[in-house]
Amino acid sequence: MIHPLLVSASAPPPIDSPTIQYGDLSPLLVVAAVALLGVMVEAFAPRALRFTIQTALAIGGIVVALAATVWVGLGLDRASGDVLARGRVVAEGAVAVDGPSVFMWGLVLLFALVSMLLFAERRLEGGLSAFTGQAAAPPGSAMEREAVEHRIEHTEVFPLAMFALVGMMLFPAANDLLTMFVALEVLSLPLYLLCGLARRRRLLSQESAMKYFLLGAFSSAFFAYGIALVYGFAGGFGLGDIDQAVSNRIDGQNLLLAGIALMAVGVMFKVGAVPFHAWTPDVYQGAPTAVTAFMAAGTKVAAFGAMLRLFFVAFGGASWDWRPMFWVVAILTMVVGAVAAVTQSDVKRMLAYSSIAHAGFILVGVTGAFVGTRDASVTSVSSVLFYLTVYGFSTIGAFAIVTIVRDASGETTQLSRWAGLGRESPLVAGAFALFMLAFAGIPLTSGFIGKWAVFSAAWSGGAWPLVVVAVLASVVAASFYVRVIVTMFFTEPTGEGPSVAVPSMATTAVIVVAVVVTVLLGVVPGPVLDLAQSAGAFVR
Amino acid sequence: MTAPTDLLLATEQAPDALAPVAASGVFVLIAVMILVPLVSSALLVLGDGPRFDLADKRGHLLGTAASLASFVIGVVLFVTLLGRDAGDRSIEQNLFAWIHVGGFQVDMTFLYDPLSALFVLLITGVGTLIHVYSIGYMEHDPRRRRFFGFLNLFIAAMLTLVLAGDYLVLFLGWEGVGLASYLLIGFWQHKQSAAVAAKKAFVVNRVGDVGLALAIMLMFAQLGTTSFVGVAEGIEQVSSGTATALGLLLLLGACGKSAQVPLQSWLLDAMEGPTPVSALIHAATMVTAGVYLVVRSNFIYEGTEAARTAVVVVGLVTLIAGAWIGCAKDDIKKALAGSTMSQIGYMMLAAGLGPAGYAYAIFHLITHGFFKANMFLGAGSVMHGMDDEVDMRRYGGLARLMPLTFGTFAMGYLAIIGFPGFSGFFSKDRIIEAAFAENVFVGIAAALGAGVTAFYMTRLMIMTFLSSRRWKENAHPHESPAVMTAPLVVLAVASVLGGFLVLGGWISDWLTPVTGYETHELAVPAWVFSVGITVLVAIGVAVAWATYGRRDVPSTAPEKVSFVTRAGRRDLYGDAVNEAVLMRPGDQATRGLAVFDRIGVDGAVRAVTGGIGATSSLLRRAQTGFVRSYSLTIFGGALIVLVAVLAVNLA
Repeated sequence: MIHPLLVSASAPPPIDSPTIQYGDLSPLLVVAAVALLGVMVEAFAPRALRFTIQTALAIGGIVVALAATVWVGLGLDRASGDVLARGRVVAEGAVAVDGPSVFMWGLVLLFALVSMLLFAERRLEGGLSAFTGQAAAPPGSAMEREAVEHRIEHTEVFPLAMFALVGMMLFPAANDLLTMFVALEVLSLPLYLLCGLARRRRLLSQESAMKYFLLGAFSSAFFAYGIALVYGFAGGFGLGDIDQAVSNRIDGQNLLLAGIALMAVGVMFKVGAVPFHAWTPDVYQGAPTAVTAFMAAGTKVAAFGAMLRLFFVAFGGASWDWRPMFWVVAILTMVVGAVAAVTQSDVKRMLAYSSIAHAGFILVGVTGAFVGTRDASVTSVSSVLFYLTVYGFSTIGAFAIVTIVRDASGETTQLSRWAGLGRESPLVAGAFALFMLAFAGIPLTSGFIGKWAVFSAAWSGGAWPLVVVAVLASVVAASFYVRVIVTMFFTEPTGEGPSVAVPSMATTAVIVVAVVVTVLLGVVPGPVLDLAQSAGAFVR
Repeated sequence: MTAPTDLLLATEQAPDALAPVAASGVFVLIAVMILVPLVSSALLVLGDGPRFDLADKRGHLLGTAASLASFVIGVVLFVTLLGRDAGDRSIEQNLFAWIHVGGFQVDMTFLYDPLSALFVLLITGVGTLIHVYSIGYMEHDPRRRRFFGFLNLFIAAMLTLVLAGDYLVLFLGWEGVGLASYLLIGFWQHKQSAAVAAKKAFVVNRVGDVGLALAIMLMFAQLGTTSFVGVAEGIEQVSSGTATALGLLLLLGACGKSAQVPLQSWLLDAMEGPTPVSALIHAATMVTAGVYLVVRSNFIYEGTEAARTAVVVVGLVTLIAGAWIGCAKDDIKKALAGSTMSQIGYMMLAAGLGPAGYAYAIFHLITHGFFKANMFLGAGSVMHGMDDEVDMRRYGGLARLMPLTFGTFAMGYLAIIGFPGFSGFFSKDRIIEAAFAENVFVGIAAALGAGVTAFYMTRLMIMTFLSSRRWKENAHPHESPAVMTAPLVVLAVASVLGGFLVLGGWISDWLTPVTGYETHELAVPAWVFSVGITVLVAIGVAVAWATYGRRDVPSTAPEKVSFVTRAGRRDLYGDAVNEAVLMRPGDQATRGLAVFDRIGVDGAVRAVTGGIGATSSLLRRAQTGFVRSYSLTIFGGALIVLVAVLAVNLA
């Protein structure tokens, strides 16, 4: 600071340099630094070493970031207010480091960690990763063949994933609309690219990347327009400012409402809610399975986190205006997701529709908008956090298994080709059956507790008809999950049965971790449920 | 023996003084008593396969030793209990908390008091004798080891039943004896009739068990506890309607287990099991569990006149029905089974009389346990010598060829008909006296029953041991080996001497701390009853002699007989009634439900799944794969969202 008296008339007006709480933001910064380092590695490290270095860098960076997250989480102070909340707003109001943020950071970091293990799998493709060697080479061209011959690999997938991870961490923590938009794009762009990098079925992969990009850009436009309208109404970007404006509003209603609706389109596209879901099956199917796993688990956390923050903090005062719309979307999402999945014949597409249905179930918890009462009942925020945890691990586990059920042309995703898998490999089929049961919400699996949590939060929030619809949709959903189990265990294989490739330790570890978490959270959900509960509400 | 002053004090003690003291010293063996046969049973039943040759050869000895060990412990505990004051003869052993959910706690508690002490002696004593007997009886059976395993299981379960300190623990034993009974009735499962009989016993018992289960649930709902002590304390606070409901439900349970009308039908079929089983389970011990239940629950029946009356009625009806059936049967075991029903009817009747009858119910139960086990084993000995022939019309004149069997059987015979000085004389007399004091008509019916008992038992004696030989060809009757006759001798002695338990009022004094005791004044002196009943018995014997002793017994059952005989032969149409009232409507209902399930439920389910499938195909078609149509969807969705938000605000 310069003393005012010392300032001469010609000197420029004083500008306070922004204060950045580097400690609080350290998890984000670590991941961002690792991503940048990864770019450096691409430029300078010899080709032969790159894959190893990138893998080690990514995994090491995530571990450090996880440690930093735990450190930040332990240091969160209780915020003032009548509901339990921890943390504070940092970086000049751009980022909120609070309980839910830290929980979601930890969650996406864990998901990223196991996904990186899937990225690092090289045994299934004969020593090469599951990503194309030369993305620029047209599929089937001589250039592509050459790349395979020279065993060229795109190790850029690691820094790309780390950039996406930065976006995933920033999106739910963003405390103003501009940061949120930037985070959305940081999260999306690397993912678009990653989707197009499959080694096998490259045309399908590139098509999915193209679709994801076009539709993502389309929905981002809605989001951006929504931001503009809300700014027009509130006169500020900060979620706290908007909250003030919404709570004290007297006129300019329509500007706000249109803004809310358009921003909702943006986030609902990201979570894959109906009718903004059309991209999901195509992209899930086309993208390399490791990317699908990362995207399905991580993006969902980030997008739901941002949705919760946006609608509970900024538009919390207008919940009577947006809740009916959420009712409609939640019902549509659950019903369409569950019903459409029934006739799917491709495992990855089936999982995509399943993810849509699950987005619907999570929306039920969001729509409940239940902030809790004195007697520590499950709130909307904590139930959604818990659901994202259980869903993410089961999803990554399920996709990991998809990567190892193979035939000569790569992964066999035709459901009919999975017949007899139970006999071929009881362990793998058993693990997949467990994930299916968890998705269906059968007791003693994590999925049951997750469903119970969101439904109970919604019920407490007065949305009981929604819970009834959700339970009915669960019944429909259970039918196609069980059908997979029937196919694997009780159907005779036609022709040559499926084969399970022996993966490296990395993929095995992913499946084991997913199985353990799925069972553990089903049997002793207490600790994680308590952690989600103690994350508390958002700060503003 | 306690001093007379103690007895006087004990008589005045309130019946509900259930204040057990914790088990210490030698009483820690209570649980061991159950554990020993249980472990032995597990070894014998599970130790299957070629590596267990030794078990096949020596398993029966292990089983017998296990039962004997329990008996020895039972005697030691009994003697120790005798040495205690009447006030603290109730010992509780709490092993662990079995169920602990919220405010509901059930402990694995055992209660050793004068009542259960007597039962322990009866079960392990008679049980051990029957184990010994079975060594000979089952000698040629390839699955003898398994048989002894099941017998041990029964001993363990029955001990659990009578030692339980909580209704739920009692239920555990209750179901355990039901299982053992099922396994043993159907032991020769290769015989269709045995398999069916086992199933029938199981199903009919289920009806009774539901009654007991509901009673336990009702206790929990009304009192929040199921322990004897807790229920005894709380029962005074509940309404009389609840007490009556409890009493009736417990009676339903008792009817199932004790083969009382209307759940009597399984007992006669249960005679398909090996004869030692009939003696142990279906005569001496398990079938008396219902009586035990009623006597044990005396604190419940105390508050409900209606339930007590129901017990009396059930007992009386069964008493007469059993005697009736016993008169008409030609199968020796079924005749004895009818008699068992009838005698348990006496016990039920006594138990229904309240404190005036409890002690005599138990007294008769014990003497009956002796003489009926004796006679069943005797019947088994006869069958053993007659190539498993059971038709009495094919017996005759066996007395000389089987002197030991005849002699011991005769002791049992004299005991059951109530020949003066034999155990049955004392026990039955007391019940009939108490019945007269309660109600003249009940007393008359019970006394007539005694006469009928004399008739059918004399008939059985004459047809089997006396009268002309009507054997089938190839029959070579012979006396059984010593391993079978020795238990007969012991039981015969007990049948004679068992009655002395009543001398000096010992049995009623002994049980007073548990059940209470009271006497009613009779209009005439007790000896008048004794003489009157003895006269009735003499008439019964004389009629039987006139019918069967003086004339030749046809070797095939006569076809042209009165309705009374025909009804008796067909178990008083119990099965026909069950079939008409329960089975056929049940079948019809099942069939109806199956049709409803196929058309109604399945139809609805198929329609729904079909609808979902069709919708799904439709939705699939919307997934065209074209970005342009996806964008249109998003645009349409955005419109919907916009409209939804704005519409709410306008409305």
